[in-house]
Amino acid sequence: MMKVVEGSYAIADAVRCCSPDVVSVYPITPQTHIVEHLSEFVADGKLDCGYINVDSEFSSLSSLIGASAAGARTYTSTTSQGLALMFEVLYNVSGMRLPIVMTTVNRALSAPLSIWNDQQDALGARDSGWIQIYAENVQEAIDLTPQLYKISEDPKILTPSMSCMDGFILTHVYEPVEFLDEEKVREFLPPFRPEYVLDPKNPKTFGAFTDPSWFTEFKYLQHQAMQRSLEKIEEVSKEFEEVFGRGYGGLIDTYAMEDAEIVLVTMGSIIGTIKEAIDELRSEGVKVGLVKIRCYRPFPAEALKKALKDANVIAVIEKDVSMGYESALLTDLKGALYNSSIRTPIIGFAVGLGGRDVGIKHIRSMVEKASKVKDAGIESEFEIFEVKPECL
Amino acid sequence: MSKCGVRMVVEPGSTEITKTGAWRTFVPVFDHDKCIKCSLCEIYCPESCIHQIEGNFVPDLDYCKGCSVCAHECPREAITMVLEE
Amino acid sequence: MQESLFAPGHRACAGCGMPTAIKLVLDAAGPNTIVTSPTGCLEVTSTPFPESSWRVPWIHSLFENAAAVASGVEVALKKFRKTDINLLVIGGDGSTFDIGIGAISGMFDRGHRITYVCYDNEAYMNTGVQRSGSTPFCAKTTTTPTGKLSLGNPRPKKDMPAIAVAHKVPYVATASIAYPVDLRRKVKRSLKADGPAYIQISAPCITGWSFEAGDTIEQARLAVETCLWPLYEYVDGVLVGAKKVRRKRPVEDYLKTQGRYKHLFKAEGGAEVLAQIQAMADANAEKFGLLD
Repeated sequence: MMKVVEGSYAIADAVRCCSPDVVSVYPITPQTHIVEHLSEFVADGKLDCGYINVDSEFSSLSSLIGASAAGARTYTSTTSQGLALMFEVLYNVSGMRLPIVMTTVNRALSAPLSIWNDQQDALGARDSGWIQIYAENVQEAIDLTPQLYKISEDPKILTPSMSCMDGFILTHVYEPVEFLDEEKVREFLPPFRPEYVLDPKNPKTFGAFTDPSWFTEFKYLQHQAMQRSLEKIEEVSKEFEEVFGRGYGGLIDTYAMEDAEIVLVTMGSIIGTIKEAIDELRSEGVKVGLVKIRCYRPFPAEALKKALKDANVIAVIEKDVSMGYESALLTDLKGALYNSSIRTPIIGFAVGLGGRDVGIKHIRSMVEKASKVKDAGIESEFEIFEVKPECL
Repeated sequence: MSKCGVRMVVEPGSTEITKTGAWRTFVPVFDHDKCIKCSLCEIYCPESCIHQIEGNFVPDLDYCKGCSVCAHECPREAITMVLEE
Repeated sequence: MQESLFAPGHRACAGCGMPTAIKLVLDAAGPNTIVTSPTGCLEVTSTPFPESSWRVPWIHSLFENAAAVASGVEVALKKFRKTDINLLVIGGDGSTFDIGIGAISGMFDRGHRITYVCYDNEAYMNTGVQRSGSTPFCAKTTTTPTGKLSLGNPRPKKDMPAIAVAHKVPYVATASIAYPVDLRRKVKRSLKADGPAYIQISAPCITGWSFEAGDTIEQARLAVETCLWPLYEYVDGVLVGAKKVRRKRPVEDYLKTQGRYKHLFKAEGGAEVLAQIQAMADANAEKFGLLD
């Protein structure tokens, strides 16, 4: 049965269904409603977990390191400045192979201070060894939650993961969603039973220090687990679809790709608008399609090569900038295709920075620019979209 | 590697395989006749390597770094530091 | 033969005060204990992968988050109804007084049942003797060097136990490796406290303080006998006891044996500083009632 609720409430309810043992959170806009709802569930006895009101995001993720090493299923959520404050802890969690699951509400990074959405925060954590999956809408973010636990807690993976959802656009929207069925989640998601935990009866050492003779091996094993998770993500996605009847296509998804000449590549909530724009353009005869990146890390290079092999022009649309170069996904995609037979021109647009609205007309304008590339070649490989003329 | 598991956890007390006795320049020599069994040498030893064996306190020279804390703290001056040949 | 819970083979310097502190703490806590440690000398010297000196479960994450990590362990164990396990954080003064103080404040504030033990050697020793918030007045470190315009660290030692007391934690104590019976008793008492506890242990560093080989325990003893390191206990915010100093010694007896204070006996202005340090010792004696 569909219910109209706020996105944050829906996420909190999805987390509740996954029965975390320890939740540790620090409030930050626009993540606050998620953690408020979780604390209400605890206060009402609807979620039996240890709930830690910590002193910072640094401590929220740090406390989950202790909890996870003690054998707990753990959850936290943050955004923007909070994620940046966690930076050091992110690497530590993945290096210690602790399957912590976090909802990253995507928001711009200061300065200047902005509480609104873009994806600079999570893109900045790209190399931290966390699995990153981006949700298009609230329903997908709900459904990602148990999937991420299942992926992360797999004994062969043991890698933390973040569910990325655009701040305000998804956290504060009221839309009809299907809640998770607790019974089905229990069936889908086995309990977390790690091989070693902090236990005086079996006193192991966690987090030993390494010299150059061992560090490489730690990183090799971590990288291997990330690579392995590519398959696991697909597998879990299919399994979820079998149990719950909702599917999102695994690592990537496509829209209107049959005979598409111009292909847009993007991730997150902007996809809703893009799909509408594509419908319009298709009705006008423009052959445009979409490749939606769900899983950004590990990077689905093989899946992208397959999906993009017939495109004439690729346009990457994303909400981040790597200052001094271009946007991160654009670089990653070009890298993935370089050694393949695909020689399609690729251009990129940084859009929606600090919450700037991206509407259908903007998408149309980008498609138009891409179509010019088809005939005239690349004029501008990358641009920050629609900058006020007085700043140009 | 496989012993450590994917998380590379480490076995308890496993520094024992490293014999830090090789660091030593001076070796403590115990005069058991002077010893009053106060056990201060054992308590203070930073290496946890002085043990009471059959009544007498004996340093485990596999680990003793020769720091001379035991000799310094012995209230009966029953421990002497001697240059090791 | 009873096996120490802190195994030999660790890589601490010969004559380091820290391993003795650890050994005594673990001895008091016993095997039913989980330890969290921040980055520092202890972590680096006791867990060179794939080895570990710890015979109790031990976890290290980062420099500034040990109190938060331990908080998570405590909450998880509570969820699993395993509340009989002793939980310790054992870290140095850099992580305790400076970079980790936010997480410690959080741990105290939330009331976790954890004993936080600081082995205090009064500087960042692991990185090469840089000044920490714990470095005493006019001690020389590599970032508070002596020079034409400097007599060493310009600030007094931060009063960390007072900060703990201000959090209304049920138990706060200072201890010293030179007083093992007192130290063990305090650890045991802290573990019975219904909430967070803080114990700060004087653990001289032979490398950073620069004193004679074998003098480690003597240094710790002199700190107590000069009243520069008062041994006291606060229970529920009230000073309940302090170890009496039978014969109070002048601070020079302690300072002159250490390289980090050598300049005070030569440089211009040194005598005034010595008088100031003596006044700090006298104030301690008065405040904690150290003398009969």
